[in-house]
Amino acid sequence: MVDAVFLALSVLTIGSAIVALEIRSLIYGSIALMITLSGIAGFFLLLDAPFVAMFQLSVYVGSIAVLILFTVMLVRRELIFNKIEDKRRRYAGIGLMLVLMLGIGMIIIGSGMKSMETNSSSVDYKKIGEDFLTYYSPALIVMALVLAASVVGALTLARREDMTNDQRTD
Amino acid sequence: MTNGLIDFVLVSVALLAIGIYGLAVKRNAIRMLFGVEMIINSANLNLVAFARFIPNSQGQTLALFSIAIAAAEVAVGLALIIVAYRMYKNIDIEDFRSLKG
Repeated sequence: MVDAVFLALSVLTIGSAIVALEIRSLIYGSIALMITLSGIAGFFLLLDAPFVAMFQLSVYVGSIAVLILFTVMLVRRELIFNKIEDKRRRYAGIGLMLVLMLGIGMIIIGSGMKSMETNSSSVDYKKIGEDFLTYYSPALIVMALVLAASVVGALTLARREDMTNDQRTD
Repeated sequence: MTNGLIDFVLVSVALLAIGIYGLAVKRNAIRMLFGVEMIINSANLNLVAFARFIPNSQGQTLALFSIAIAAAEVAVGLALIIVAYRMYKNIDIEDFRSLKG
């Protein structure tokens, strides 16, 4: 059986995910996305993974959500509140969502996962650091390079080439 | 633990379905990015949940990698959206059609 904290967290996460996609203003949408990501961090805490939860909070809520918020503010005002979508496509999308939820949900409920419970103690987060520095250290280096390359790439993409420094008015 | 593995997996499936809905229906580029974020987060939740119940530390390690790569992906995606907005003065993906010939 689930406890009250789990129920509250899942309602918060799923509800604000729907709000993020459906609310008219993109700014409120990105704030709702922030709440969804914090809800996922709460699930990580429930799963005894405090290190991953803090990582989620600092990376997702701290940087990605703020990045999205700033991008939304760069866009013209009427585009933020503009909501264009096909009615037929929307109903088809809702149908697809329900089919996916019910289909995969039925498969999972029917599988043997239901009886899976654990009494073993949680993994110590020291073990994660050990993993990172021993077996996964090449992957860690590659990940750092990928991150650096993507940030440099993003900066290069977003730079304005038609404007020199002395033309800037700001 | 009072919560079973299946509860976490069901929440993850719901979040995945909502993300796919957003990706399929919305035409606003930033909202489509929201959908991608939800899908990535449901995958991370699955990884950590299975790692807790097996129990194994490598699921959490992989989730950390996945979060870091997602951060890179969002940075590049938002830069692309800004470039497209500068070119087309719009963030509606139906307008991004200059490759159509």
